[in-house]
Amino acid sequence: MEHRLEVPGRFDRLEQISKFIEQAGLEAGLDDTTICRCQLAVDEACTNIIEHAYEGEGRGDIEIACEAEPGELTITIEDQGKPFDPDSVPAPNLNTSLEDMQVGGLGLYFMRQVMDAVEFSYQDGSNKLVLVKRRDGAGS
Amino acid sequence: MEIATQEYKHVAVLSVSGRVDSSTAPELESQLKQLVDGGQNHLVLDLKDVEYMSSAGLRAMVSTLKSVKRVNGDLRLANPSARVEEVLRLAGLTSIFSIHPTQEEAVASF
Repeated sequence: MEHRLEVPGRFDRLEQISKFIEQAGLEAGLDDTTICRCQLAVDEACTNIIEHAYEGEGRGDIEIACEAEPGELTITIEDQGKPFDPDSVPAPNLNTSLEDMQVGGLGLYFMRQVMDAVEFSYQDGSNKLVLVKRRDGAGS
Repeated sequence: MEIATQEYKHVAVLSVSGRVDSSTAPELESQLKQLVDGGQNHLVLDLKDVEYMSSAGLRAMVSTLKSVKRVNGDLRLANPSARVEEVLRLAGLTSIFSIHPTQEEAVASF
């Protein structure tokens, strides 16, 4: 079953987005820890959209679609901001001294760490990000 | 997010509750900065009641840690909730913070 949410790209909508993901995760039968990881990935993705694709708050909408199947949640996030090239984001520099530590780029790093699939594409003026999370032991 | 601040003679304790995301992390960073600018370099963040933290919260904490370390201070963490602990671990930041099981122990560590 698919659920959709469209919100203005503003940080004060992140909590609403998080609740939407929680609902979809429950429907897919995911456990609390797995749902939290999905919420983190989506929060980071939406923050990146606001900061980098729209270059500020209130400059465009974010559309989120969740497709819940038993043991698997597929989340699609679309925006009409600047094309996003994930290869242009440097990895966070964490294995260094505190003074040299750069925590930028953590959002993308988190998404890749906590989700089973992270795919970016750009088509017809829209960025599309597909995130997939499977329940442990479900699927492959 | 809510922040309750208690200032003692040698240390300030900020008890944070709720969500620390891109919407609320600037407020946390600003309150921490205000204390540092006022000369308080011994800080404890009590994270027991934080329901959620994203990388925006971690950035605020790392940025404050850098500021206080430059003046021989420290930002120590008390009782991080399971969700905070997970993001700290995911980011590989558990070793750069001094983490204590309770607020009292974090305060006493200074």
